[in-house]
Amino acid sequence: MSWPQFEPLGECSLIVRWEQKIDQSLNARVHALARAIAAAALPGIEEIVPGYASLLLRFDPTYWGGQCAHAHEALRSRIEPMLRQAYPALSGEILEIEVRYGGADGPDLVALADAHGLDPHEFVARHCAPTYQVAMLGFAPGFPYLLGLDVRLHSPRRSTPRVRVPAGSVAIGGAQTGIYPSELPGGWHLIGRTRIRLFDAARKPPCLLKPGDRVRFVPIDGPAGASSEPGA
Amino acid sequence: MTVSVLAGGLCSTVQDLGRVGYGAIGVGRAGALDQDALCLANSLVGNAPGAAGMEITLAGPRLKFETGAAFALCGAPFDIRLDGRSLEAWRSHRAFAGSVLEFTQARSGARAWLALAGGIDLPCVLGSRSTDLNAGLGPLPRTLNPGDRLPLGAPSDRPKENAPRWSLDPRPWFATADASPLRLLPGRDLPQLEQRSLDVLCRQPFRISATSNRVALRLDGDPLQFRHSLECVSEPLVEGVVQLPPDGRPMILLGEHPVSGGYPCIGIIAAVDHARLAQARPGAAVRFTLISAAEAHRLREERQRARSELMAHIRRRLEQA
Repeated sequence: MSWPQFEPLGECSLIVRWEQKIDQSLNARVHALARAIAAAALPGIEEIVPGYASLLLRFDPTYWGGQCAHAHEALRSRIEPMLRQAYPALSGEILEIEVRYGGADGPDLVALADAHGLDPHEFVARHCAPTYQVAMLGFAPGFPYLLGLDVRLHSPRRSTPRVRVPAGSVAIGGAQTGIYPSELPGGWHLIGRTRIRLFDAARKPPCLLKPGDRVRFVPIDGPAGASSEPGA
Repeated sequence: MTVSVLAGGLCSTVQDLGRVGYGAIGVGRAGALDQDALCLANSLVGNAPGAAGMEITLAGPRLKFETGAAFALCGAPFDIRLDGRSLEAWRSHRAFAGSVLEFTQARSGARAWLALAGGIDLPCVLGSRSTDLNAGLGPLPRTLNPGDRLPLGAPSDRPKENAPRWSLDPRPWFATADASPLRLLPGRDLPQLEQRSLDVLCRQPFRISATSNRVALRLDGDPLQFRHSLECVSEPLVEGVVQLPPDGRPMILLGEHPVSGGYPCIGIIAAVDHARLAQARPGAAVRFTLISAAEAHRLREERQRARSELMAHIRRRLEQA
């Protein structure tokens, strides 16, 4: 069982980091610790941000013992015991997302399939096969980082990022796949697009997906949309 | 109570202290890049410290007061004129209905914060009125344009009709990014830098690139290199983090930074210097100096204390007036 490192990130933040690894069970630990810290309602905690294999705590050091330099230590000693608690696997809902692959919706599909020595249809089939798990939301509002990409599809990021990636683009970056919730700059390869609205600040909750949810991509030919059904 | 925008300026936005608590859904803070300056300007017009004001950048806007209101500007030295009359910054003034407020270009630095009595009263989006240009979030998710009308909230009863005749000394609160080296806390991946790159980082100047914005300051200079390539997994970030992308040119993250990212982290700018990051103008040459965590904490606390004391002092003087 791995024990995380505690690392200050500036004066008012603390990173709890397990390993530099994308791994489902590490990610479950991250979210379990995030829940435990939230439940403990510690004073002065402004934000708990889970990552893949790390967790960021933003806090007001004045709540953690006059001398700021000791705040990180004080916080650490409160959190460490929480690491001994059992951590349940993340659970969530299953969502099917319709994607139109290739063409104008996925301008990088053919070249990327080619680079992997795969036929584009085979590439799409491999992208649709897994049930992905939402590891975290980050990068931009509602951007889901999805775990479970077929190793054959791992692809280094584009050497030059795009200035504008259209909203709904389904993309691959390294060992990760994700969906751009809005028009953003981005360096991932675009293989398809969905019309599903992942983020809406006026909606409650604003994000369609949360960590622990599972996602299946369903290829379609017509206009891309989304359907949400239980079971898979 | 309304202020109309006649000309938007280069990059004027509505900002408060930002969106706190939404990092877990990928929503960053945004907010005024120098929170001290916004809080002080707000204090001068009797607002709560975190009331929404306007962040102006390099070339300021032209504004028309549809109703009378007190206002104050803190930050970089802009020449300001109210109906053609030159005004001092760092103090409270009163505009009358129909008054036009103009700003010329910043003489040094880059940004200033305009507080309006009552605060800009747009609806909150996820707990804040701040504009996040990068994420396209906020009640006004873009820079100000001619024709925009900004509603103001109800002002407090301070300052009274006559604007106070005293001003703040800007010296403790305003300094440019290149005035002295930026104080840097060592980051996770700093030890992986080549020795020569470490020397460059601590000894040579870097130029602020024109591609810098509210997301990050991008720096041009001798490219920095790691001893071997680093594999990083995306991790949550905070403002002040200095990332080193593969092209070897450091980026310093500002208020609109992505909530998470995967570039190596070579350092974090000490909080005491965050206000100076907001004042970095393209072409300026910045330097770095490493400091200890204990020193960074001490400097941050000192600045926090000075700010609280000054704001309490302002409150007392406004009550006496």
